[in-house]
Amino acid sequence: MKFKVSQHILVPKHSKVSEKEKKKLLERYNITLKELPKIHKNDPAISELGIKKGDVIKITRKSRSAGEAIFYRVVI
Amino acid sequence: MAEKEKAEKKQEKAEIVEEKKPEAEETKQETAEKAEEEKTEEEKSAEEEKKEERMMEAYEQAIFKKVNSIVFGVFSPKMIQKMSAAKVVTPELYDKEGYPVDGGLMDSRLGVIDPGLRCRSCGSKLKECLGHFGHIELARPIIHIKFVDTILKLLRCTCKECGRVLIPKNKIETISAALEEIEAEKSLEQKRKEIKQLSSVLRAIKKCPYCNARQSPVLIEKPTTFMESDKKISPIEIRTRLERISDDDLSLFGLNPEAIRPEWMVLTVMPIPPVTMRPSITLESGERSEDDLTHKLGDIVRINQRLFENINAGAPEIIIEDLWDLLQYHVTTYFDNAVAQLPPARHRSGQPLKTLTERIKSKEGRIRRNLAGKRTNFSARSVISPDPMLDIDEVGVPKRVAMKLTIPEKVNEWNIDYLKRFIENGPDIYPGANYIIRPDGKRKKITDETKEVFLEELRAGYVVERHLMDGDIALFNRQPSLHRMSMMAHSVKVLTGNTLRLNPAVCHPYNADFDGDEMNLHIPQTEEARAEAETLMKVSTQLISPGFGLSIIGCTMDSISGNYLLTKELEFTREEAIDLLYSIGIDDFSRLPRKKIISGTEIFSVLMPEDFSFRGTSKNGEDVVIKKGELIKGLMDKANLGSESGLMLRELHKKYGPEKAINLLKRLFRLGIKVLLKTGFSVSVSDTDLPDEIDAQIKQTLNDAEKEAERLIEAYENRTLETFPGKTMLETVELKILEVLNKARNEAGRFVAEHADKRTHTMVMANSGARGNMLNLTQMAACVGQQAMRGKRIERGYKDRTLSIFKRKDLGPAPRGFIRDGFKRGLNPAEFFFQAMTGRDGLMDTALRTPKSGYLYRRLANAMQDLKVSYDGSVRDATGKIIQFKYGEDGIDVSRSEAGQINVSKIVGHK
Repeated sequence: MKFKVSQHILVPKHSKVSEKEKKKLLERYNITLKELPKIHKNDPAISELGIKKGDVIKITRKSRSAGEAIFYRVVI
Repeated sequence: MAEKEKAEKKQEKAEIVEEKKPEAEETKQETAEKAEEEKTEEEKSAEEEKKEERMMEAYEQAIFKKVNSIVFGVFSPKMIQKMSAAKVVTPELYDKEGYPVDGGLMDSRLGVIDPGLRCRSCGSKLKECLGHFGHIELARPIIHIKFVDTILKLLRCTCKECGRVLIPKNKIETISAALEEIEAEKSLEQKRKEIKQLSSVLRAIKKCPYCNARQSPVLIEKPTTFMESDKKISPIEIRTRLERISDDDLSLFGLNPEAIRPEWMVLTVMPIPPVTMRPSITLESGERSEDDLTHKLGDIVRINQRLFENINAGAPEIIIEDLWDLLQYHVTTYFDNAVAQLPPARHRSGQPLKTLTERIKSKEGRIRRNLAGKRTNFSARSVISPDPMLDIDEVGVPKRVAMKLTIPEKVNEWNIDYLKRFIENGPDIYPGANYIIRPDGKRKKITDETKEVFLEELRAGYVVERHLMDGDIALFNRQPSLHRMSMMAHSVKVLTGNTLRLNPAVCHPYNADFDGDEMNLHIPQTEEARAEAETLMKVSTQLISPGFGLSIIGCTMDSISGNYLLTKELEFTREEAIDLLYSIGIDDFSRLPRKKIISGTEIFSVLMPEDFSFRGTSKNGEDVVIKKGELIKGLMDKANLGSESGLMLRELHKKYGPEKAINLLKRLFRLGIKVLLKTGFSVSVSDTDLPDEIDAQIKQTLNDAEKEAERLIEAYENRTLETFPGKTMLETVELKILEVLNKARNEAGRFVAEHADKRTHTMVMANSGARGNMLNLTQMAACVGQQAMRGKRIERGYKDRTLSIFKRKDLGPAPRGFIRDGFKRGLNPAEFFFQAMTGRDGLMDTALRTPKSGYLYRRLANAMQDLKVSYDGSVRDATGKIIQFKYGEDGIDVSRSEAGQINVSKIVGHK
């Protein structure tokens, strides 16, 4: 069995953002994809999500200050 | 003669002006007239004003364009000649009258460095004319030292006969395509590496694939001689070979043939930098001292002329060769005077010349010293010392400094009399002034002679640079400036003495102490800068730290001890109480109870705002209650007054705002100190003396612990000790002994805490949190404890033992660095040695760690430079890229919350 990085305890949850939500996100922050933080398309954490360049990834992390923090990255 | 020339020059000036503004008939007339007259001050300024107007027009007409790309290249001889303002033919600088020689290195067409003269190329004056390049034509080609590597590479990789690259025709295209791909896919850096690789292969080729000429290896004899089969290749030959290389082949070497033709790397014409780049300085004796570059250029021109003459006269080849080599040496050292193989060119005094490369390179060079490093005027630096009588947001400035630092004040009809008084005082009497600035921008120094004139002419629109005075705003800073509280705005207080003074309460944000620390002072010069400093940087605005949400300024040291004693036990007569309160600036005693004897808490309560209620705990965990401005329970100590912990200070700040909070803090601070001044405060060795029976008990505790340790060691030697999982038996016994000894020392500490006299001032300091802690007291009174290095007991030194007075392989407490005595009783020699060991280790550690962590922090701070929280709560960099979607992931401003939490019920008003 292959080791799945995404299931490791230290890897936060990565999920794909739908086109509709993506549009909403960009509108909310009044940005284009250029201003978003990036993630490489070959990143092991998103290898199983069926991702292409330009998709946006939502990362749900545990946070010391806020309990749960949401982060977005654009695939490059 | 000189007179005549001057007049001529004036004429010239007038002509230039005429050319520039032919349509303004009147102006022309005026200026022309003026040029002939002897110029008076006023006329000069009128002319300048007109000049200014013209400059402004030029600015308004300026067209701005976006820079799309920059091409770096090598100057071609044609280009050098085209941009040259003058051809330099003689090494002479000035003629007998002291005027620059035409065609000399200081030719007046190359720019102006003397005030009053005009540039012959552009007609501008000093500081307006940036200078113009000149050129010299070299008698023979000279290798440019900075391009030796490139030239060598090109010579080796191309055919000496036909100049083609030594790659067969069919391969060229594939190789250049591959290079292009590398540049696009990877980086320019990668491409350069690839080219380097390629050229090392080409070196080995023996026969030209185009003309079949035999290739012989080119060697370099550093610094600038190229050899081929034991014969020197002359620069002329090199130049012709480089000329033969075709444009197409050049791109293989990463050279853009439009900007860089290789033959340009062998100089035939050399640019002469403008005089503004190498100004001469006039010494006090009136002698002129030329710049290093001028000296070097003089050498070049002189040898060059000699070479010309010799060639024209048909001198023997040897002499020409010698001169040629000498010229090569001079040109090389002109570019770089630190070439490894050459002796550096020196002054007559023997110190090496600073030529072009040295000007740019290294820490003292143009880039790191002048461009990356910035220096300021209107600043001061001195040793700091404490002055608790200053306000917290004040800074004490020595009078001497205050008379050098100035504030520009614009004259108007209301303040003219006020400002005239400063001019009357002049620069040497304290509230005086050093300069006045006329409306045309001319700065004039005030001296005893000029004073009267300035007083007469002073009118609205002038600016007076007056001395620094009480109440002026100054920025105060201590390096390392790690957080924003390292630079705060204080108001100035001019004092006698030579040190900068500050209230000890602000030591903490600056991380300053008075063991020789120095701090910087900057004086904002404009109204805007002062307003900004006051609203954003004033000490009172920095009270609550953005790092942990508590007051970063608080009482320290004596003021904590004083407030602690006051609220704990002190009592005063009413007269004493009033005396005390008045000395800290309180003159309203209506809140002081009308009793004969007034307790400390009642005095303290006078400071509190009448509607202030607070509930908290003191350092030892007891409740502190303030109700309606009265301290009704508990006492004041570090937990409520101290910096980085003062919960009460945060409440005060929140409720009453920064101004009032800082004012209150100032009074609290002074109250503490004044209390100590009144009651006296001193410490002695006997402060931590213990009763005899307690001493005996401590001794017993330590004896028991040592016996326990013996028992553990015995068990270890009999191999009967139960080992911890994952540890060897030796490790286990070490851990157990450590634990036993530590427990014993803690026990001893408890005895000290319980039985030492709490009224002694040593104990007061420790209990209030002013200075020192229980561990320090234990080490003095009872037992210093185990000395550890790298987390282990001391085990190295001699073979199998730490010191030669111990038995070999003795694992007992004493042989492994346990100090059972206290500092007060004294340490035995072995104990002393162990203490010295760990002490030294600690010093080493801090000395090595500080720069490391400093660098670490610097990198962090630089990486986060100009990040900011935008209005939607996201953190972005200067280009608008998102770094965090919500500041700190929770979007909370720590300085406006309670330790990062927002207490909703408190805001809403529920209990």
